Amino acid sequence: MEFGFTTAAYVVAAVLFILSLGGLNNQESAKRAVWYGITGMGLAVFATLIGPGSGLWLLSLLLIAGGGMIGYQLASKVEMTQMPELVAGMHALVGLAAVFVGFNAHLELGNVAAMDDAAKKALDGFAALLAKKNAVEVGILRVELALGVWIGAVTFTGSVIAYGKLSGKVSSNAEKLPGGHLLNAGAATISVLCLIWYLNGGAFLPLLILTLAALFIGYHLIMGIGGADMPVVVSMLNSYSGWAAAAIGFSLGNDLLIVVGALVGSSGAILSYIMCKAMNRSFVSVILGGFGGASGPAMEVEGEQIAIEADGVAAALDDADSVVIIPGYGMAVAQAQQNVAELTRRLRAKGKTVRFAIHPVAGRLPGHMNVLLAEAKVPYDIVLEMDEINDDFPETDVAIVIGSNDIVNPAAQEDPNSPIAGMPVLECWKAKQVFVSKRGQGTGYSGIENPLFFKENTRMFYGDAKASLDKLLGMID
Amino acid sequence: MKIGTPKEVFEGENRVAMTPDSAKQLMKLGYECAVEAGAGANAGFTDAAYEAAGVEVLKTPAALWKASDIIAKVRQPDAAELKRLTKDKTLISFFNPAGNDDGMSAAKAKKANVIAMEMVPRISRAQKMDALSSMANIAGYRAVIEAGNNFGRFFTGQITAAGKVPPAKVLVVGAGVAGLAAIGTSTSLGAITLAFDVRPEVAEQVESMGAEFVYLDFEEEQADGAATGGYAAVSSPEFREAQLAKFRELAPEVDIVITTALIPNREAPELWTEDMVAAMKPGSVIVDLAAEKGGNCKLTVMDEKIVTENGVTIIGYTDFPSRMASQASTLYATNIRHMMTDLTPEKDGQINHDMEDDVIRGATVTFEGDITFPPPPPKVAAIAAKPKEVVPELTREEQLAAEAAAFKAQTKQQVMLLGGGGALILLLGLVAPASFMQHFIVFVLACFVGFQVIWGVAHSLHTPLMAVTNAISSIIILGALMQVGSGSWLVIVLAGLSIFMAGINIFGGFLVTRRMLAMFQKS
Repeated sequence: MEFGFTTAAYVVAAVLFILSLGGLNNQESAKRAVWYGITGMGLAVFATLIGPGSGLWLLSLLLIAGGGMIGYQLASKVEMTQMPELVAGMHALVGLAAVFVGFNAHLELGNVAAMDDAAKKALDGFAALLAKKNAVEVGILRVELALGVWIGAVTFTGSVIAYGKLSGKVSSNAEKLPGGHLLNAGAATISVLCLIWYLNGGAFLPLLILTLAALFIGYHLIMGIGGADMPVVVSMLNSYSGWAAAAIGFSLGNDLLIVVGALVGSSGAILSYIMCKAMNRSFVSVILGGFGGASGPAMEVEGEQIAIEADGVAAALDDADSVVIIPGYGMAVAQAQQNVAELTRRLRAKGKTVRFAIHPVAGRLPGHMNVLLAEAKVPYDIVLEMDEINDDFPETDVAIVIGSNDIVNPAAQEDPNSPIAGMPVLECWKAKQVFVSKRGQGTGYSGIENPLFFKENTRMFYGDAKASLDKLLGMID
Repeated sequence: MKIGTPKEVFEGENRVAMTPDSAKQLMKLGYECAVEAGAGANAGFTDAAYEAAGVEVLKTPAALWKASDIIAKVRQPDAAELKRLTKDKTLISFFNPAGNDDGMSAAKAKKANVIAMEMVPRISRAQKMDALSSMANIAGYRAVIEAGNNFGRFFTGQITAAGKVPPAKVLVVGAGVAGLAAIGTSTSLGAITLAFDVRPEVAEQVESMGAEFVYLDFEEEQADGAATGGYAAVSSPEFREAQLAKFRELAPEVDIVITTALIPNREAPELWTEDMVAAMKPGSVIVDLAAEKGGNCKLTVMDEKIVTENGVTIIGYTDFPSRMASQASTLYATNIRHMMTDLTPEKDGQINHDMEDDVIRGATVTFEGDITFPPPPPKVAAIAAKPKEVVPELTREEQLAAEAAAFKAQTKQQVMLLGGGGALILLLGLVAPASFMQHFIVFVLACFVGFQVIWGVAHSLHTPLMAVTNAISSIIILGALMQVGSGSWLVIVLAGLSIFMAGINIFGGFLVTRRMLAMFQKS
């Protein structure tokens, strides 16, 4: 088929992809938008298969079908609480694919360079494209493919570690090898040196070393980042997988790869930015791990944590007119979303206003809580963002905090010396009464004492979130 | 150990220190409970109710005092009761230690431990056992009810077919616990409520209860309530003059005055003078909650209701909590129960009188044959709200200027970014070949489109966004498809693997996105 047709198909596919992302601005149009994405992908693959330069049709189709089967199985079986792991794991696949495609480009380049002029004329597709390049263009091509391989490799190991941390197979604490960020800096330096070597020498060895250095950086960087910063990490890796695709697109001269890579890359970058803003931390400080140092002694927390049993919570809920529920990662861990939804249904059936307040970094993935609540059939129009609901807390009778800590920490506003000072938080303590469902006494991920638990209108509802809610549900009919 | 509650012997005292409910809670701590027959009768708790809760009912006070290791009661014990104390017995009660040297000596001689409920320090941790506060709350409420009982008109303003009724005007002096309770009751009955306190930091609390705070025209650094444990301190003569002048101004307007001004261990300050009473309208009511300490109004007669010549009723009752015995007993019994919880950290029914504990130490007045009153100052100070720094309102011009400046700064930043970025791209264009620049244009435009589109994505759809971007980033499959036709077997293997992995991703990503989106439902 003609080259023109393939390009035309690519244009249509690119438009479909943009529409598919744009459609996500509300829940209803999103359902349509996903089909745009699927059509775009189908069209792009089809056009490439029949376009110039591809061969081994049958093998390609078989491989896609095989991969598709596995993907189908994975996607149908995955629990919604495992969403973060799934997303991280899939990033790893994209990263690895980018590395392989980059290697291939290098190998082809070698093959083509070894051919004589007559053989070059007989080539078609990608190899033909390579054959036409002059020396400067080959140089640029090498930079591009090295960049693609490098980003792909960082994405690969980074995502594997992120997957491990999110699924609990790797400790979610921030751990670094002795030497810390010096090791990363060293590996980055090696990468740059290898790039220069590769440009001058052009052999496979420097590319391999560069890849190994990048694999190390991906591993070590993500190992050094703790569990609660995972929303940033996952969206960052999402961004990287896009940039890797774009870099590969440059080296293959494929505009659709560039467009989609850039879309995905900027999407991930914006998500990371939103997450960082929600934690009032700079991107660099999240990636380099650890919280910024406190600028003085933290304010002393006064008072004591007062425990309450399920019957007390039930009585308070019975009297309340408006209830706000603030879920956090603890709810996901305890798999308590169904119980939360049931509680919501019963309270709403009694004519009470029940709403959910979602902090942007609640959970381990941007929008994690929304998906869990949606799974449990909580209607999305009562699930509100921080900015939408923060002003309503003073008129709220009961706020229930389920498994979140730092995102409801008043120290962020009250104590200028707190490490999280200035971080936007849900002002649940302004509600008339606050119940905190929590496993036990202890600080959150950041290790910062939470004065909310010591406030006069706060009662601690200790125990596993799911078991506690079960008990509570028995008392509300 | 056994906790016993005798019938109160003080004339007219209706409260009781243990209710059937509190007894159940005490038993959970491992204690046995006992009451004297008829102890709760005046508060509405029958002996049968106690028995149903598992409380032993003993016939005589003597038997009860003998059987109990811990005696919980309400009023300060009289001499006869103190005689019944023995070594190893613990008494928990109001004790008035500052004015009860005889009582303390008697307890000391008996080597009994006495915990005085009014001595519980005013810190957040101890609020649950702060009986003064819980009783003051009742007194404040009841003061308004008593005032209403003696006031011949409605509280709330009404316009009826039978004519217009103006709302009553209530002035509450002293916004402590009792004052705030009175304010709450009065506003909820519909009266216009004014409130005054010497501590300016309570203005916010007063306003939060719906009353209007009466500010004085007075320039002086006012004492910070936090320095005196949250209680009011004595004010300067100048301040007092300004205060009285304000009250004189208000006296002809207000219908009901409720005074609650008390300074710890002092006679109540005179705040409502005789000339103010004379200036009030006939039918007005004054409720003096400070009557026990001499009264904020000098005309007040303790424990009595009088009517002045100009028809102003002055109520000087001191037994407001006892007039609501059922409610007061419930709250007091809960205070006692919380005290026992702190005294029984192991929940084993054995008292652990920990003199290192701030709260227990503070409340204990005699311990193992020693008088331990007055206690050392508590380590933790009561916290009062710090005065807020007032941010001056910006004028219209200033606001406009600030907006203009922000706009300028934004423009400058944008121009610099565009200039810098443009220059970089121009430099790149000088060295890079045309084929690269063609792709580069596409790249930069795609980034822009991406940024514009993604900002519009709803927060709640961030997870589906990640899943769908993940699926479409498998577009890398195109590269592999183009390479798989190569002659080299290594390239074919690597490309094949890439196709396979991208295949997983495409199907997995789109499918899981669809699954998620299908779950989002409107109510």
